[in-house]
Amino acid sequence: MRITVGKGSCGIAAGALEIFELLKSGASEKQLDCPVTATGCVGMCYLEPIVNIIEDDGFVRTYVKVNAEAAGEILKSAAGEQNRAEEYAIADEDAAGLKSQSRVALKNCGIINPESIDEYLAQDGYAAARKCIGEMTPERVIEEVKISGIGGRGGAGFPTWFKWNAARASAGEKKYVICNADEGDPGAFMDRALIEGDPHAVIEGMLIAAYAIGSDEGVVYVRAEYPLAIERLEKAIGQAKERGFLGKNIFGGGFSFNLRIKAGAGAFVCGEETALIASLEGERGMPRLKPPFPAQKGFWGKPSNINNVETYANIPWIMRNGGAAFSAMGTESSKGTKVFALTGKIAKGGLVEAPMGGSIREVIFGVGGGIKDGKAFKAVQMGGPSGGCIPAELSDTLIDYRALAETGAIMGSGGMVVMDETTCMVDMARFFLDFTCRESCGKCVHCRIGTRRMLEIMERICDGKGADGDIEQLTGLADEIKNGALCALGQTAPNPVLTTLRYFKNEYEDHIYRKKCTAHACKALLSYEIDAERCTGCTLCARKCPADAISGERKLPHKIDMNKCIKCGKCAEVCRFDAVAID
Amino acid sequence: MECKCQTEMIPKFADAAIDISPLLPVLEAYSGVQGSLITVLQKAQELYGYLPADLLAYIARRLGVAPAKVMGVVSFYTQFRTKPAGKHLILICQGTACHVNGSAEIERAVREYLGVEEGEISKDGLFSYNNVACLGCCSLSPVMMIGDKTYGALTGKSVAKILKEIEKEEAE
Ligand SMILES: Cc1cc2nc3c(=O)[nH]c(=O)nc-3n(C[C@H](O)[C@H](O)[C@H](O)COP(=O)(O)O)c2cc1C
Ligand code: FES
Repeated sequence: MRITVGKGSCGIAAGALEIFELLKSGASEKQLDCPVTATGCVGMCYLEPIVNIIEDDGFVRTYVKVNAEAAGEILKSAAGEQNRAEEYAIADEDAAGLKSQSRVALKNCGIINPESIDEYLAQDGYAAARKCIGEMTPERVIEEVKISGIGGRGGAGFPTWFKWNAARASAGEKKYVICNADEGDPGAFMDRALIEGDPHAVIEGMLIAAYAIGSDEGVVYVRAEYPLAIERLEKAIGQAKERGFLGKNIFGGGFSFNLRIKAGAGAFVCGEETALIASLEGERGMPRLKPPFPAQKGFWGKPSNINNVETYANIPWIMRNGGAAFSAMGTESSKGTKVFALTGKIAKGGLVEAPMGGSIREVIFGVGGGIKDGKAFKAVQMGGPSGGCIPAELSDTLIDYRALAETGAIMGSGGMVVMDETTCMVDMARFFLDFTCRESCGKCVHCRIGTRRMLEIMERICDGKGADGDIEQLTGLADEIKNGALCALGQTAPNPVLTTLRYFKNEYEDHIYRKKCTAHACKALLSYEIDAERCTGCTLCARKCPADAISGERKLPHKIDMNKCIKCGKCAEVCRFDAVAID
Repeated sequence: MECKCQTEMIPKFADAAIDISPLLPVLEAYSGVQGSLITVLQKAQELYGYLPADLLAYIARRLGVAPAKVMGVVSFYTQFRTKPAGKHLILICQGTACHVNGSAEIERAVREYLGVEEGEISKDGLFSYNNVACLGCCSLSPVMMIGDKTYGALTGKSVAKILKEIEKEEAE
């Protein structure tokens, strides 16, 4: 028997370290013959900390939202003593949600100990690399990737085999394999979970890519905000070196490959491949025009293959099971499975892996459990700052590169931020523009100044100072930026505004012409009023108001002076009688 | 106009109260390595907590790159600070998921508790805070990070409690 504790960043934030220590010391106190080990994130972040008891015959009991008391009961259960651990057992529905997923990239996440290469090996780890390097020509490897139909998981879905082939065909002895783990889309964390939960899968994928294109050196560019991912990856690289999966003469076939990590320094644009290369070279991370593509002229001017973390993590599975098994899942234009990060106003936030071609509704209302607190589903944001908001009416849209692009959003890297009736779509568009405007590297005028001009208009609208003609000006600027910007950051920056204009124009009009924010999110547009019927004159709001804007006698209805009110919402927050009406 | 940074910044460095000895092995290790500027700056910031101008000038000279280029890189990446941070640096996530779940409130709570704006150090020197784009724990939003520790599902109240707790530990 053994006990595992989910120790991904999300689990740790929920208190997994303390639980881990409790279980460990408890097990030795009880003299249980039961190792306590860590696993990565299994994806059910809303249930963390998660603990498994795994019997020798493979039977698994899962406990969720484990606190100190639960840890005690779990230990008793492991020791065969009377216990109440059942109270913390995972609900059937949640267990079924996990079972219903098709796991390729996430296959080992939450199952194996990411810090143990032996556990990875026990799951057929490095068997795919052994097969490729030992039995297949590089051309055959690329052919198999082509059969799988996998497209890049970093956002664009560009066919992976094509890039590998181009890098292979490029002239030159020295070539590089680069892994893009910059994961800049705010609201997405698939790559973090993959590296934290199964780092060897990424290494093995890169190793296979290196063999296919003929490279002996690789770099993983990890964003600085992911210290745990860097730590686990470092450990994994060390273990792979020790076992001879990295280094010289791998599997005795004369093929050599070395891998190192480069920590990013915080710049969204560095996720763009040419900017990433500039950053690797120690420069400001500014994109350049393509072509030449990195496959022709990349890191230090040498042919380089850049793929996303999830793309690499799929490769070992594809090589073990064959490309055809992968392409059997998904749709005509999008093969295989995709990992999604479900966040925002979702009931069951976390990671989900599903075959391409399911509907948005299935993901959000199936595994995602619907909207938090029984509110109404309004929209889902996909593709981050480059993507768009898909409205609830379109929730039958299939998750497929082409179908999503038709809505004006994009698949992106797999972040799905769910929004409910309390989210203001105009504010969301402003939020993304604020982000891209800040993250614009400043190289081209359209992006640097164009996004700033758009942002100014959006800020005005949210501030209640919107004017007739603003919408036309926004679309005009959007058009110019899309056509004129140098890289995809700028070219796609207007998308959040354009999609919200397309589906939620009424909200823009409410803001501009009626000076109202129906979602009650834009502070400047709110007004507060005390309902004299409900107010009991308890004076609490008057005491809490930071602007001294509320007056009234004790036990008599109070009043808000709108000239003094700073619209902080404190009165509504503290009122126990629901007497403060917000409009 | 002649470039003054070499003549004006480096002598000033001699007076500065910075002990460069911990950085020397780093510079030693990377001085010949192409493209290592960002790595050196990261290590320097780890050692000193921030990157004072004099130190940057020194690094530029040792690596043989123009001080302007060093400054260019430092100002480009959000990780680099040219001003000191509080003993505990708070990173408040303003990513999409956290924004939707009320990160603005979290920032307000932190700002009110500390009585300082973003990037400034609290009176007791214990804290400063910065807004960041996403900490990758979006399913627990709103999220903040203090040191290596991530705190999720925050509310204005829980933020104050967490900060108070750290103050208490510091007082002991
Ligand atoms: C502004 C911008 C940001 C990007 N950020 C990322 C990122 O964080 N991670 C990523 O894998 N790809 C990102 N990309 C896409 C990369 O440029 C590149 O296409 C990708 O890494 C290729 O890998 P793939 O083919 O496996 O998807 C970004 C692109 C742009 C324009
Ligand atoms: S959006 Fe806040 S952690 Fe990702």
